[in-house]
Amino acid sequence: MRTAAFIGIAAFLTTLAATLSATVAAEIPLDQRRPDTDFIGADTRAMQNDDTANPGMLVVLDGEALWQEKTGGSGKSCADCHGDAATSMKGVAARYPAFMPELSRPVDLEQRINMSRVADQKSAALPFESKDLLALTAYIANQSRGMPVAVVENAQSKPFIEAGREIFERRQGQLNIACAQCHDDNWGKQLAGNPVPQAMPTGYPIYRLEWQEVGSLQRRMRDCMTAMRAEPYAYGAPELVDLEFFLLWRARGMKVEAPAVRP
Amino acid sequence: MIGRALVHVPPTAKRGEVIEIKAMVAHVMETGYRIGVTGKPIPRDIITQFVCTYNGEVVFRAEFFPAVAANPFLSFFTVATDSGTIAFSWTDQNGTTKVQTAAITVA
Repeated sequence: MRTAAFIGIAAFLTTLAATLSATVAAEIPLDQRRPDTDFIGADTRAMQNDDTANPGMLVVLDGEALWQEKTGGSGKSCADCHGDAATSMKGVAARYPAFMPELSRPVDLEQRINMSRVADQKSAALPFESKDLLALTAYIANQSRGMPVAVVENAQSKPFIEAGREIFERRQGQLNIACAQCHDDNWGKQLAGNPVPQAMPTGYPIYRLEWQEVGSLQRRMRDCMTAMRAEPYAYGAPELVDLEFFLLWRARGMKVEAPAVRP
Repeated sequence: MIGRALVHVPPTAKRGEVIEIKAMVAHVMETGYRIGVTGKPIPRDIITQFVCTYNGEVVFRAEFFPAVAANPFLSFFTVATDSGTIAFSWTDQNGTTKVQTAAITVA
């Protein structure tokens, strides 16, 4: 009895050590990538895929109204310059984050919307996670639904994608774990009763049932960092944008699903 | 505050056909039991009543309580009787009502 128990514990510790020692994560081969939608329950998936049941669509409708609303010193609405979002914004969200030569660094979709608000509409930037910024982002992202993620990797953007990868693979927080240890090495397994997804952020902004509202990819990543007991980067921090850039590069070619529904 | 509503009614149906109706509305459904970041309780703010009428006749009604999730979503069935209007109304705890309508053609 005692020997059997000892062997059991030894086997468990060996497995644990093997799992934890795999610090250099193996990247998921392109053909083995699966959307996060594959890892949610059938009910949640049905809710996401039915536009009359997806609560994210309420926010998309808010965004549609904001698109037409005149604001700032210019007295112009988004539609005054960009016209019908169904044509002008089709495929745009699929290309973000994107490198901005004028800033010499990448910005995500939320930051790009604010750049246009400040420079073109002569209005104030919307705060991160504000209802209006999420609504505009969800509305614009929704125009790319079904299109492949197509972030641009070139000489200018590559260093930022690599910086994001470095954060993804770096151990952090009191738990001393890296993003990659869950999402590259142990996806599909259970964490506190929930399947670990591959972290392919194709559906942002998402409606998260736990939040009971729509939230951004930055909010979701900050949540993960808190769970790792690491100090989350501030909203809009370059590190968060780099991480977003890397994650979407990693999900290149996968279909945009915004607004997705997650548990 | 009651936000945007998203309703779904089949635009056309055969007389006597059972049709599915869906109704969702943007609302925080704040329970009143949560404590805010300042340490003070967040006041209750909920929708208390939902009524669906078909050409003026009530076909479905529901009472909501604090345990109902944000952005309440309901799906239910009725029989297509006549062409006309299906009206949805949500009333919050302060008595404010939001109404949304959808047309149906019954052949």
